[in-house]
Amino acid sequence: MPAARTGPSLLMVLVVALPVIAALAVLPRLVDLYQTELLIYGLTFAIAALGFNLLLGYTGLLSFGHSAYFGMGAYTVAFIVRDLHVQSMELCILGGLLSTLVISALFGYVCVRHTRIFFGILTLALSQVLWSLAFKFFWVTGGTDGIRVPRTGVTLLAGLIDFKGSGSYQKFVYAYYYYVLGLFVLATVIMWVIVHSPFGKALQAIRDNEIRAAFVGIRVRRYRWLAFVISGCFTGLAGVLWVPLNGLTTPEILYWPFSGEIVFMTVLGGFRTFAGPIVGAIAFNYLKVYAVASSQYWQMVLGCVLVVLVMLLPTGIVGTLARLAAKLRRG
Amino acid sequence: MDTLVIQTLNSIFYAAVLFLIAAGLSLIYGVMRIVNLAHGTLYALGAYVSAWAVGTVFGATAAGNIVLAGQLLLLPLGALAIAAVGAVIEPTLLRPLYRRPEEYVLLITFGLLMILEDVMKLLFGGTPLSAGSIMDSMGSVRIGSLLYPSYNLVVISVGIMAAIGLWWFIYRTRFGIILRATSQDRRMASALGLNVGRVYVQAFAIGCFMAGLGGAVIVPAQAAVLGMGVDALILAFVVIVIGGLGSLEGALVGALIVGFVRTAGIQFFAEIELAVLYLIAAAVLLVRPTGLFGKA
Repeated sequence: MPAARTGPSLLMVLVVALPVIAALAVLPRLVDLYQTELLIYGLTFAIAALGFNLLLGYTGLLSFGHSAYFGMGAYTVAFIVRDLHVQSMELCILGGLLSTLVISALFGYVCVRHTRIFFGILTLALSQVLWSLAFKFFWVTGGTDGIRVPRTGVTLLAGLIDFKGSGSYQKFVYAYYYYVLGLFVLATVIMWVIVHSPFGKALQAIRDNEIRAAFVGIRVRRYRWLAFVISGCFTGLAGVLWVPLNGLTTPEILYWPFSGEIVFMTVLGGFRTFAGPIVGAIAFNYLKVYAVASSQYWQMVLGCVLVVLVMLLPTGIVGTLARLAAKLRRG
Repeated sequence: MDTLVIQTLNSIFYAAVLFLIAAGLSLIYGVMRIVNLAHGTLYALGAYVSAWAVGTVFGATAAGNIVLAGQLLLLPLGALAIAAVGAVIEPTLLRPLYRRPEEYVLLITFGLLMILEDVMKLLFGGTPLSAGSIMDSMGSVRIGSLLYPSYNLVVISVGIMAAIGLWWFIYRTRFGIILRATSQDRRMASALGLNVGRVYVQAFAIGCFMAGLGGAVIVPAQAAVLGMGVDALILAFVVIVIGGLGSLEGALVGALIVGFVRTAGIQFFAEIELAVLYLIAAAVLLVRPTGLFGKA
């Protein structure tokens, strides 16, 4: 049975996506080291927001506890590097994904029993359990000092690339950029396939009308749980990739305002579109970095942006651009 | 034995402050169905305003009974200031969003949190601000062989009075009836001729007043510092989740539970004290989503 096609065709997607990927691939040759580093941060956050939006945009669940999965990924890497003396980034990713899988399956199992505001509070409360553990068990987690993960301590591609010796910082930024870019593209493709699969359609059906979805035969709670776990794993992967770049993991990334930042990114880009979270995360990262650099009152700047955004541009950057484009096309 | 009395008093002291914050949060949720993420920051702002008022009007070295009375009278200034802030926020920022999905209101309160955190930094600087002169000049009372600060007893009585006052206000006054009617069915209340917009702004201002009062009473005992609001919000959440969102009795019982668990936690299981509180909240949400006192 040929399914009724909704949304852009594969060709259209490739027409948009390939030039973007090509541009991202040549960018480090055009901009300086610092800009490249910023872009790596942006790409890791983009993976996190992409995962988060599977819940908000596609399943209709607002999680206020995604810091838990980001932090879980980050801390797992820190433990693996510090305690198991493993250097391979691939093993770190594997370990980080495994631990976020476990924790998001556990938290998700509890959280999907509720929707709306109760879901939000429950995710928040559970994420704060992890935060308080990281905060208080300082002999394991280093407390507020966190755990250092020096970039010299990790190797990419099963030890093929390491970062010891002189000029290693430059080498790290370039190599790590392409490493993260590759994983980002992979994650985006996987997410694209997920949201356009029958499973993804079922999630959207649940979002739009839970009762009808149940009558059609969709097992609402199980589907929500699966979406929760997938979402958590994406955010966990982002946390894993973020650690060597940042060189340090602290309880701050488990604290609930960081969950708020993930929500912020997604809404900034527009949570009703697939590309919204990606654009939003990269834009948010630049916004935050430049606000922090230009004013000690950077939080106020970000807060004002958020307030204006919610009041005037609720569809976010991508949603607004899409509307403008549609208007132009109509003439 | 004396230690037990002191620890009990500590728990109730802590519960009193938490009740003030949580009752405001719960009232706002109950009437308007808004989860105000900036509530904790409003509490912190109240603490700053009170400390600032006490500090500027009276020098830190001032002493004597009249001075003390003056200082105590200045404390509620923080609560009034926050109520005024609330009365401005509701019509300007929140009202335009009621027709949109609830996520947007939540987000705008998060934006407000970020703005207010920096407003505090801008107005009061990064150094902690305290009204400790009140605490010092009030001295302490003897409990058995131990000493207990008298001011803490003032806070406990403020908490008790606030609980009785709020109960009377909500269940025994005309305005309370209007508030409860709006909370139960906003459209019906509107159809009966109530000015729902006015009820909302009043409810929000009262909720903010409670947060500010919490900050005002805590500041002689603990200095106002940046970031205190973010911590307080989560504990207030725990309180109203345990007690039931939108329930006044729930906020009271929840605050007592959190107060006692926290004191016991600091004594016996300091490392997991906070984790235990969050787990209790999560467990209550699982077993009784509407909390101990919430109605479905």
